Amino acid sequence: MEQNLEKIFQDKIDREVRIEPKDWMPEKYRQTLIRQISQHAHSEIIGMLPEGNWITRAPSLRRKAILLAKVQDEAGHGLYLYSAAETLGISRDQMYDQLHTGKAKYSSIFNYPSLSWADMGVVGWLVDGAAIMNQVPLCRSSFGPYARAMVRVCKEESFHQRQGFEILYVLSKGTEAQRKMAQDAINRWWWPSLMMFGPKDDESPNTIQSMKWKIKRFSNDELRQKFVDVCAEQVKVLGFTLPDNDLKWNEERGHYDFGAINWDEFWQVVQGNGPCNKERLDARKKAWEEGAWVRDAALAYANKKAKQKQAAA
Amino acid sequence: MSFQINKLYYGDYGESKNGAADISTTQQNAAEWPLWEVFIRSKQGLDHKHAGSLHAADAAMAIENARDVYTRRMEGVSLWVVESKYIHASNPDEAGSLYDPANDKAYRHPTFYDLPEEVKYM
Repeated sequence: MEQNLEKIFQDKIDREVRIEPKDWMPEKYRQTLIRQISQHAHSEIIGMLPEGNWITRAPSLRRKAILLAKVQDEAGHGLYLYSAAETLGISRDQMYDQLHTGKAKYSSIFNYPSLSWADMGVVGWLVDGAAIMNQVPLCRSSFGPYARAMVRVCKEESFHQRQGFEILYVLSKGTEAQRKMAQDAINRWWWPSLMMFGPKDDESPNTIQSMKWKIKRFSNDELRQKFVDVCAEQVKVLGFTLPDNDLKWNEERGHYDFGAINWDEFWQVVQGNGPCNKERLDARKKAWEEGAWVRDAALAYANKKAKQKQAAA
Repeated sequence: MSFQINKLYYGDYGESKNGAADISTTQQNAAEWPLWEVFIRSKQGLDHKHAGSLHAADAAMAIENARDVYTRRMEGVSLWVVESKYIHASNPDEAGSLYDPANDKAYRHPTFYDLPEEVKYM
């Protein structure tokens, strides 16, 4: 019976029929999705912190309004994704708990500090750029609610990347100090951005099964290469460089070759030893704990109102 | 034909006893705001369409949150929110038999009928 269901399930996947929450699915598929979607949601929420850091110090009202809108979008993206994960049977509070206790991971990129205004440009261009590259194929993910959430996310994300590039473009036309600041930001974020695509294919524990189930469509390395190819061209427009001496066009492959990634650093950051892991998680926990009375008060008020309405009826 | 309507959340938790579905009914959720489904009318004259879900303490808060979460770019002119526990859904396992009566009635479609070429505007 179980085997039969599994066959019907895989057959649906192969025919590009979306899986919906109430359809039968292998337990492992459910678990994989819960892990991936909730981590994705956590990344959006934690991702607000490095940028929130610059809202009050944005150099103009225009930039401040843009940054506020962008950070609000990230909150929205987190909420779409939490909702999608909830359809698989995990509760919001459980996911928060997994994040706060360190059981669930989030994108390693957000454990790096945002030190200058130019970082807001680079986060938009490279970090959101890498995110988009990962996310566009997820719009065709086999799980319906995830795919639908990703369609909304991708629609909104493109302004994020463009405003980031614009910040850098303006800086590139600026003073020597501004150009230096921008190049420094690129130097610091380039390698962590490449790590965002996750471990190499032969070391990525979840990719193969995820591709068979069409949760993922492209492997980590395929997407990373695509990202390098795009950025190596875009950086020329800015007149800056990417901090990689091995970056070179390879005519034969039709791709850019690039240097070795420091995977030791990646695993260190994933395991909690990045520059800002503790700071990020502490900020998140503080917000959750200090917001408890608001959540309780709202619920108490709603219950009181409901009772009054009942009594009046 | 058995015609079973299960009362289900947008997802599959609460009353179902399958797989991981029971996780969410643990006590941990006691203080969690209820879940609401959000429907948006994107423009006057069109239907409300399901957009997603969110948590809110009551209906007024659900509408305000829905505005912030789902209509930041003028996606809607009207919002409906329904507490998820009030959504009733058909059972996907029985989709075959449930929709079976519609399968073999090709004559319900206009293309079923052979008309001479010279007939216009029909």
